[in-house]
Amino acid sequence: MTIAARPDTVITGLPKNRGALENLRRTLARAPVSAWFGMVVIALYVGCAMFAPLVAPFGEGDNLGDAYADWGAPVTNEAGARIGTFLLGSDQLGRDILSRLIYGARNTIGIALATTLISFLVGGTLGMLVAIRRGWVDIVVSRLVDTLMSIPTLIFALMLLTVTGTSVFALVLIIALLDSTRVFRLSRALAFNVVVMDYVEAARLRGERLGWLIRREILPNILPPLIAEFGLRFCFVFLTISALSFLGVGLSPESAVWGSMVAENATLISYENITPLLPAAAIALLTVAVNVVVDWFLDRASGLRDGQ
Amino acid sequence: MHPVLRTLLQRLALGALTLFAVSIIIFSIIEFLPGDFATKTLGQSATPETVKAFEHEIGIDRPAVTRYLEWIGKAAKGDFGASFASTGDTRRSVVSIIAPRLRNTLFLASLTALIAVPLALGLGVLAALYRNSWFDRIVNTLTLTTISSPEFFLAYVLMLFLAVKVHWFPVLSDLNPEDGLTTSLYKAAMPALTLTLVIVAHMMRMTRAAIISLLASPYIEMARLKGIPPGQVIVRHALPNAWAPIVTVVAFNLAYLVIGVVIVEKVFVYPGIGQLMVDSVGAHDVPVVQACALVFASAYILLNLLADVISIVTNPRLLHPR
Repeated sequence: MTIAARPDTVITGLPKNRGALENLRRTLARAPVSAWFGMVVIALYVGCAMFAPLVAPFGEGDNLGDAYADWGAPVTNEAGARIGTFLLGSDQLGRDILSRLIYGARNTIGIALATTLISFLVGGTLGMLVAIRRGWVDIVVSRLVDTLMSIPTLIFALMLLTVTGTSVFALVLIIALLDSTRVFRLSRALAFNVVVMDYVEAARLRGERLGWLIRREILPNILPPLIAEFGLRFCFVFLTISALSFLGVGLSPESAVWGSMVAENATLISYENITPLLPAAAIALLTVAVNVVVDWFLDRASGLRDGQ
Repeated sequence: MHPVLRTLLQRLALGALTLFAVSIIIFSIIEFLPGDFATKTLGQSATPETVKAFEHEIGIDRPAVTRYLEWIGKAAKGDFGASFASTGDTRRSVVSIIAPRLRNTLFLASLTALIAVPLALGLGVLAALYRNSWFDRIVNTLTLTTISSPEFFLAYVLMLFLAVKVHWFPVLSDLNPEDGLTTSLYKAAMPALTLTLVIVAHMMRMTRAAIISLLASPYIEMARLKGIPPGQVIVRHALPNAWAPIVTVVAFNLAYLVIGVVIVEKVFVYPGIGQLMVDSVGAHDVPVVQACALVFASAYILLNLLADVISIVTNPRLLHPR
């Protein structure tokens, strides 16, 4: 006996199809404490970065008074009236540490994010392209990337910065270029598994262009591991940029960046003042938070990183 | 030819090729210098003749291939030319600047390795022995924290507690050539401890993971059933088979010291090659930066090569092919 399809039949007792929002809610409800901790920390950082002028009590470069003021010291205007407090003290030029920490979130995370995006754009695209083209293109590009990868990133960056001089633009481009070699490796390996699929062959036979193959056939299938890798690469880029600005070869001293803030206030350590540790701790906390969230993401999509 | 030997030779040849390619990259950065570079380096007072002489010395007027062969030939003999930074009329040779600092950095690196490697192995074995206990969890959390922290954070935390609060060690590690071994050790202790914290975590986790993955094998079960105490089982039966991944990760982490050393030397004002490189970047002193980069890159490539070689020669599947 066959049952004819009756589109007007409503089956009761079964839940309706869940929407994307509902799915997200359920996933979040099952997230472990560590993942929640990570997400809350990241949200706080992003909030600080986006609304820095609203959150910060003073401007990024305002010279407000005494250098190296204590925590909680009053801020006075020229007439001597109190206009606020150095909640976390002031730096070597009398700028408010708390405000610079908040603006530092904007500058440091912004630069690291831009760098990682460029790195994924270049490395990811090149990796997929090479997987489609194969042959000598693959061999040449892969050997070149292997050679670039055999020099430690920090050393390579220092060397290039000697020649280009230090500027935000040079820093972002250099780190993005060096980091894209790692992205290239992953995206090439992932794309190689996809290009052999029948549907890619079908798309090729249809006569689809390279851009279509990359965007519509390959990218959607390698996206989850690439997203996880984005988190990890962001951490790495973030730490490298912090290290370079700590070494004083990163950025101009006017803009607040956590790495250089550590270096600027380092002498305070000798007086048992923990101010220089604050920006360093801010860097460490964000790295831990991103790592925890990536771990959870990989755990949920477990098996994704097998064999890579 | 024995397959191990063949793989090994291939790997060594690839390593040599990589070194060659890297030396070309390092050499060629001088090509990208801006055009008015000579004038900038020599200062405003330089006459056109001195500029010409300087340009001839760094060889912008000769073809790049000739210059590369000259440079690498001299570098192989330990001659990296003269530094761009001048004190009065004389310019010091790069070697005379680098040699004493390289010695200091090697001292720091070996001291770190001497502390970190046994510590990581010991902690790894203990964590595997008492896995899922409080000890294991605390060590795991601590190592995860040190992995995620920037090197300078760890350095300043150690400085705050060990040098400022309790005066066990000096705040700055201003090593002098006249210092005896004891004084040198005392001054280098803080940077070495920081670097230890940086690299111990990865090595310790690998040791723990390598041992635990073996504990499920039948021969370990057998040893346990014979009534051998758990510590003996791990040290006598599990550890020998876990050496390959552990030694690989040790070599890999020693290669990572190349990066860590640059930052830690800066924090503690340790007169090593890392600090020299950072200072020379600011001063646009290209010959010194090139020499430092070549030293760092070679160390990095050779240690990674060593890790590869060890993992090849300790691989039983390659050693005893069917």
